[in-house]
Order: sequence, then C-alpha cells, then structure tokens
Amino acid sequence: MVYPYKRVTVLAGHYGSGKTNIAVNMAFDLHKYRPRVAIADLDIVNPYFRTGDSREELEKNGIIFIGSEYANTNLDAPALPQELYAITDDRGLSAVMDVGGDDRGALALGRYSPAILEENDYDMLLVVNKFRPLTPDAASAVEIMREIEAAGHLPFTGIINNSNLGRETVPEHVLESAEFAAEVSRLSGLPLRMTAVDRRLFCELSGRVENLFPLDLQHNTDDFMI
Amino acid sequence: MSDKVLMKGNEAIAEAAIIAGCRHYFGYPITPQTEIAAYMAKRMPKIGGTFLQAESEIAAINMVYGVAAAGKRCMTSSSSPGISLKGEGISYMAGADLPALVVNVQRGGPGLGGIQPSQSDYFQATRGGGHGDYHMIVLAPASVQEMASLTVKGFELADKYRMTSMILADGTMGQMMEPVSLELDVKEPPEKPWATTGTGMARPHNVVNSLFLSPDELERTNFLRYERYAQVEANETMYEEYLMDDADVCIAAFGIAARVSKNAVNAARKEGIKAGLIRPITLWPFPKAAFAKAADRVKAFVSVELSMGQLIEDVMLAVNGKAPVTLCNRVGGMIPSPEQVLDAIRKAAENGGAR
Repeated sequence: MVYPYKRVTVLAGHYGSGKTNIAVNMAFDLHKYRPRVAIADLDIVNPYFRTGDSREELEKNGIIFIGSEYANTNLDAPALPQELYAITDDRGLSAVMDVGGDDRGALALGRYSPAILEENDYDMLLVVNKFRPLTPDAASAVEIMREIEAAGHLPFTGIINNSNLGRETVPEHVLESAEFAAEVSRLSGLPLRMTAVDRRLFCELSGRVENLFPLDLQHNTDDFMI
Repeated sequence: MSDKVLMKGNEAIAEAAIIAGCRHYFGYPITPQTEIAAYMAKRMPKIGGTFLQAESEIAAINMVYGVAAAGKRCMTSSSSPGISLKGEGISYMAGADLPALVVNVQRGGPGLGGIQPSQSDYFQATRGGGHGDYHMIVLAPASVQEMASLTVKGFELADKYRMTSMILADGTMGQMMEPVSLELDVKEPPEKPWATTGTGMARPHNVVNSLFLSPDELERTNFLRYERYAQVEANETMYEEYLMDDADVCIAAFGIAARVSKNAVNAARKEGIKAGLIRPITLWPFPKAAFAKAADRVKAFVSVELSMGQLIEDVMLAVNGKAPVTLCNRVGGMIPSPEQVLDAIRKAAENGGAR
C-alpha cells in the first residue's frame, strides 16, 4: 500500500494508459489489507486486453471478479453484468473499478457515480502515460481528464503516473516523466498518488521516486520476437 | 531522452498516414480496426484534414476514389467483412489506375466470423479481391513500428505505380502496444498530371474512369497495366531472412505468425535443428526469388499461418517441387504457439532428412 485505500477506487484515463494492469495489481495489493475485495471491469469500448485476462489468477486468490461474460470472446457487445451493483450496494466490499478508456469508456461509470458520490468513500484516479502520443503534455492529459469527468459524472481525486514505453522502458523514462506528472498535478489541482512501474524496474527506482507501486504485467503477445 | 511513443498498431497506422501527408480519411467502424477511425476523428479536425464516417464501407471506398482522382493522398480502413464490401470500389480504382491506401486489420472468417486475429484474407488481398484482372501492393507488418513505416511506404508505392496499396495486418497487430519511433522516411509525392484538378482552361480535360467502350482499348490498357505490375515485381519485393544462411528447415510466415515462428526457430536451433525463416513483407509482389533460392539447399519448408493454407500455395509455387512444404496453422482467431511451430519444425526436419 503506497497510500490509504478508500472503499472504492476508480481507475480512469486515456485509452491505453495502463488502467487494467494497475487495476489488477491494485486488487491484489488491496487484498492484503481487506478481507473482501472485488475488481470490476467497466470497459464497454475495447473487447481486448481486459481485466478478465487475469480472471483465473484473481479468483484463485479469493478476489471477486465482476465483468462482462462477453469480454475476450467473439462477441463485441457493450454489456455490463447486474453484479456490478454489488460495488455500490455491498459496503462491506472493497473494490477496484477498471473504467474503459477516454470519455467514451467513462460513460458506463455514470450509472454508478450517484451512489459512489453519495457514500463518498472513493478515490477516482487518473492514469497518465506521457509516452502515449495523444497525451505528450500535461495540458492534453488534463483535457482528457475533464472529458472523462463530464461523461462519468464523478470528480477525480488523484493521479497515477504510469509513464512507460512498454518493454523498452528504462528507469530514466520514469525519472524523466516526474516533471510531466507534477505538471498534470499542478494543472488539475490533484495530488500525485503513486508512480506505477514494471516490477523489474522497482529496485533501481526505489528511493528515487516517491510512492512507487510495482506492477506484475499481464501476459501479452508483444512477448514474441520482432 | 526518448523520441519514441507507446502506440497501438491501429494508432500507429493513423498517425503515420497523417505524417505521410494523408488529409482525407473515410471509414466505417468495425472491430478490430476501429481505433484507426477514432484516432483520425480526433486528429484530422485539428490539422485541417477530413475525417468522415461514411454511411457504409461501399460509400467510404467511393469517397476514396473521388479524392484519389483529385490527386490527393487518401485512405480507408476496415476489417475482413468490410473489405469484402469495398471490393467493387477497389476494382474500379484499379481500372482507373488510382493510388490510395486501404487497410485491412483481419478478423476470423468466413462470414461475420469473429473479432479475434486472423490471416485468412490472404487470397483476397494477394489476388486482387474484387473482379477483373488486377493487383494491389500488399504489405504485411509484423510490429507496431512496421505498421507505421509500411503505411508511409504504402502511400509512396501507390503514388509511384498508380495502384492501391493494402496494409494486410491481423487483429493482434492492430491491438498490441509497442514503442514506436515516428521519425519516418517520407518522400515528396510525385506530380500527378493525370489528376482531375481543374483545367484552368490551360489543358485538355483529364478523365478518370474504368469504363472502356472499345474492347481492344480495354485489352491494351490491361496489358500496359501488367507491364507496370512487372516493374513492381522487379523493384519492390520486400522480405526478411532470419538465420537462413545454413538453414535446413525454412519457415514461411508473415505478421504475428512470423513473430511466433522466430521464437520457435530459436528453440529448434537449441535442439540442433538448423531452422530459419523467410518473412514476406510484400505479400504481393511475393518474394518468389528468395524462396526459389532457398529451395536449392533447404530440405523442408513449413508455412505457418492463421488460415487454412493460403500462403502455402505461393510458397509451393516458388519452391516448385524441390522440397516438401507442410502447413502449421490455427484459425478462427487462435494463434499458433511457439511449441506448435517447434513441433512442426521437428516433423519437417525428420521427413526432409534434415537431422
């Protein structure tokens, strides 16, 4: 735990910023401190690279997985399961919500945000990666943040710096991104909650970056040689 | 310190097209290529370009026909069923010798099929796809970086030879994220004196058309077009060879299948089997000479593909009976594992007497 978790943590941000990898790792982290943990996949936009890729491992470890039966199948149906209401109805549950990318993805959050706001025990964290081509600077990242807030009807409460270049990431990339993350924080008026890094970079960056959160990455096809 | 960005394959195609000077995109959403359209919708208005979501794939390809006739770089993108719909328009563009880029991020088929990756539109792409005698230049990227660089190359070759270039990717290439350098080699487009840009009362009208009222003129046009195709075959064939110098077993594979196969080639070498890989980068023109040369010494070929045996036909034609060619495949959205390919290499090595 790099900061005290609220009952519900919502992860949102630009398409491809790394929300799902962080959500899965956060659910495992949360499970160290809370007995009943659920992870919810709210993505109605992208049928690939889903929280469900880690479903077996999550459930094996006693984490409740709530997501579309159609994710990772041949059916591209933007449907959400009724079990998602457990996140807001069952207050004994601690939850991570993985929202789809951009404002289009955040539309699905609107159904749950009134209850989340009413309870007011949530964090909504903006995941940013300065190496994504449409968010190279803080202004563009904050623009997308405002679009997401407008679509999802839930105000952000903090920022996660997840700046990386995939398998080519070196510690310098993460160090270099600190300035970008600080600028996103300044422009949005929100605190930088953590910097997420691939676990293989964790030791080298430990002590050089505050609130460092190590990620075990979901297996993807880019493991194959070029 | 970094001049690279982290992109999805689909985004890399869209950004590279913009870098190549494309300011006109016409499309219709279909998984797994929708990010191309979504990216264009965000970027084109900011740079004075046109993004238009057409009412159908057929409408989109005919809008491409129009902009190409006016001499501007333009493109459309779709996935397998949508490309079938564009087939008529692509044939018309071939008949009118119009340059454009068409992207096919393939999904499983036939029919509506599924949204997972596939390479089963190989025949459709390499044989033209629509009606009539014609070819497209077909480029097969195997990384997100190549999704970008081959997009630029596609525009360049299309303009140079007045042909349609097709990026033939699969769902994996479209969806996977990798670091990309966007410092791309963009050449100035050639003059297009044939384009319908307005005569200014200073020259005769240009006519862009695929209808020929006289059969002998249509025949002549076809023969001339195929002379141009012969130049493409002579000058523009691209492929990658991996560990082919001493190879006894040669894998033929492109796109994601080539990447899986490289892992298998390395595993085979550790077992003492001299395996290598020829990866066609242009599927048309097909690197016939590379396979023909390899056939002089390679003892067995394995075609690794996400289809029921399409690439294998071109490999067999090029190998011309000098060595056995076997198929190693998965379909329907499944991807062969390195272990499956390694097993196919082992069998090929035994049957071809390579061990």
